[in-house]
Amino acid sequence: MAVHAYSVSSGHYLDWGVISVSVTNALIIATMIVVFVLALLLPFPHDPDDSSREPRP
Amino acid sequence: MSPTRRAAARDNTPDSHMFATRRYDLVKEFVIALVAMTLLTVALAAIFSSPDDKAITMARWAQADPNDVIATATGELAGTTTSATYGAPYNHAAEGQKVLGVPLQKLGGVRIPVNSQDLVLQPLEGVVGVPALSQALATWKGASTDHQHAWATAYADALAAAGGDPTAVTGGDFGPVPVLTTGFLDLARSGGLEGALTSSSTFYGGDQTRSILLLADGTYLEDTAVAQHLGGDQWGMMNEVGDYPGQPWMWLYTFWYQVKPFSTSDNADAEVWALMMALTLLLMFLPFIPGLRSIPRWIPIHRLVWRQYYDTHRRT
Amino acid sequence: MSADEPTAPTAVAGSWTAWLRRRIAGLVPSGQVLPDRQPVYVASWIYVFGVLSLASFVVVLATGIALTVRGSLWWHTSWVGHFVNSMHLWSVELFFATMVIHLWGKFWMAAWRGGRGLTWITGVLLFVASIGTAFTGYLSQSNFTSQWIAAEGKDGINSIGVGAWFNILHPAQMLLWHVALLPLVVGVIVVWHVLLVRRHGVVPPLDARSRQGQGG
Repeated sequence: MAVHAYSVSSGHYLDWGVISVSVTNALIIATMIVVFVLALLLPFPHDPDDSSREPRP
Repeated sequence: MSPTRRAAARDNTPDSHMFATRRYDLVKEFVIALVAMTLLTVALAAIFSSPDDKAITMARWAQADPNDVIATATGELAGTTTSATYGAPYNHAAEGQKVLGVPLQKLGGVRIPVNSQDLVLQPLEGVVGVPALSQALATWKGASTDHQHAWATAYADALAAAGGDPTAVTGGDFGPVPVLTTGFLDLARSGGLEGALTSSSTFYGGDQTRSILLLADGTYLEDTAVAQHLGGDQWGMMNEVGDYPGQPWMWLYTFWYQVKPFSTSDNADAEVWALMMALTLLLMFLPFIPGLRSIPRWIPIHRLVWRQYYDTHRRT
Repeated sequence: MSADEPTAPTAVAGSWTAWLRRRIAGLVPSGQVLPDRQPVYVASWIYVFGVLSLASFVVVLATGIALTVRGSLWWHTSWVGHFVNSMHLWSVELFFATMVIHLWGKFWMAAWRGGRGLTWITGVLLFVASIGTAFTGYLSQSNFTSQWIAAEGKDGINSIGVGAWFNILHPAQMLLWHVALLPLVVGVIVVWHVLLVRRHGVVPPLDARSRQGQGG
């Protein structure tokens, strides 16, 4: 078996059945899902002086 | 009638310009977004950086795994390596992959001709001052194809029997192959192989095709990649060395390689491509596909998006 | 003729210039290229991901240009270059993340309604083109990762006959595709996509009625 000269050690992986995902990628995907859900749930600021004008004809 | 109104009349969607409006600063929003993404980028780069594993040189390959270099050189001479038996676009040695019986790989044509034996012979021909090597080359070139094949195949078998160690090979009729392959290893060790397959007669390189094919014919490149979880059956397309972020968006493309029938198919690459092309077209033309385009109605996540509007306006 | 168009001499019949001027003027409704009002139903944080994708793309381009100035090998030997490379990598990750969240949002809003099918199609085209552009970028790193990606990736591309023309083992070709050809393609599709958004306006809510009683 050859000597392998890496500058970084191999990363950390989560394995579950056929699925194998790096911890970093899993965090990225999880963060995206959280951000998506927050974007849907977080209240959007209301401008109280928001006077909605009639639409253009 | 404007195109929007025509289309609106078709699917009952009202013209967006017919609604009440509020003040809004588009340019300010873009500038804020730009500042935010720039700051986020700088922060992520400062904290996590990016990987830069040094490229594998021929010299490093020779130093780290000399037996692999010998075995690979022997395989090139015997015509048994991956590149030698590849097919289009490098040679006619194989039919190549097909999708639904259509030989797509072959249809591309042999437009990047590569002679696998020359991956070994051409750099050796450039070596001067080593009479034994020059003699071995002359012997090889003067022999018939059958003879060359017999020598190289016999040596490959002998190497395998000796656990890959050329010094442990016992007698046999190998012709000039041991001298050629040892000479090739010496050339690699000395650093003389680095540009030999890229810029030897041109000065300016830029096309690494032959160098990478040679490296990929060995096992050292793949062993190094597999140890970093970059192999094809390790979801490798999604990954990067170490703990660096990879390409999460490739998840579905690489997924198919992990499961049957693709994981055991000789046509896996072409089949996965065809499947992903079909799925991409499905995604692209979703608006026109009955059923699929109605999913947002059946699973009403949109009620969250527009809840302010629905609270204050009567729904139809 | 809209009130915005300046009084012009009657267009010469067959004038290519007049034809082009009319086509350009008709691309987006008057005042909608850079509007300072938006429909009241645009009231959710999900709407920011389009502009965040666009902003990320600008950072990708800017860091890419910085790398171009000093050449493709700079980052191996300079810590400044390496930092710029890191910014380029992370801005790409942010670009894809925001683009995909934008896609998720647009799907659940069925944003293709009301004649916006081409907006959706150009969006998917952008996704695919971005993946291709990123791929040529990964091939241009001139390190172990690019060696492996080339060695592995060639099988997929060769299997469908494309490898005969698009040689990913040829860094000189891949680098030029990455810094010249593909960014141009992506840029053109971005402009097309954004123009379509401005042309049709933001899609109204499902089952909304306009003030004119349209919809339902």
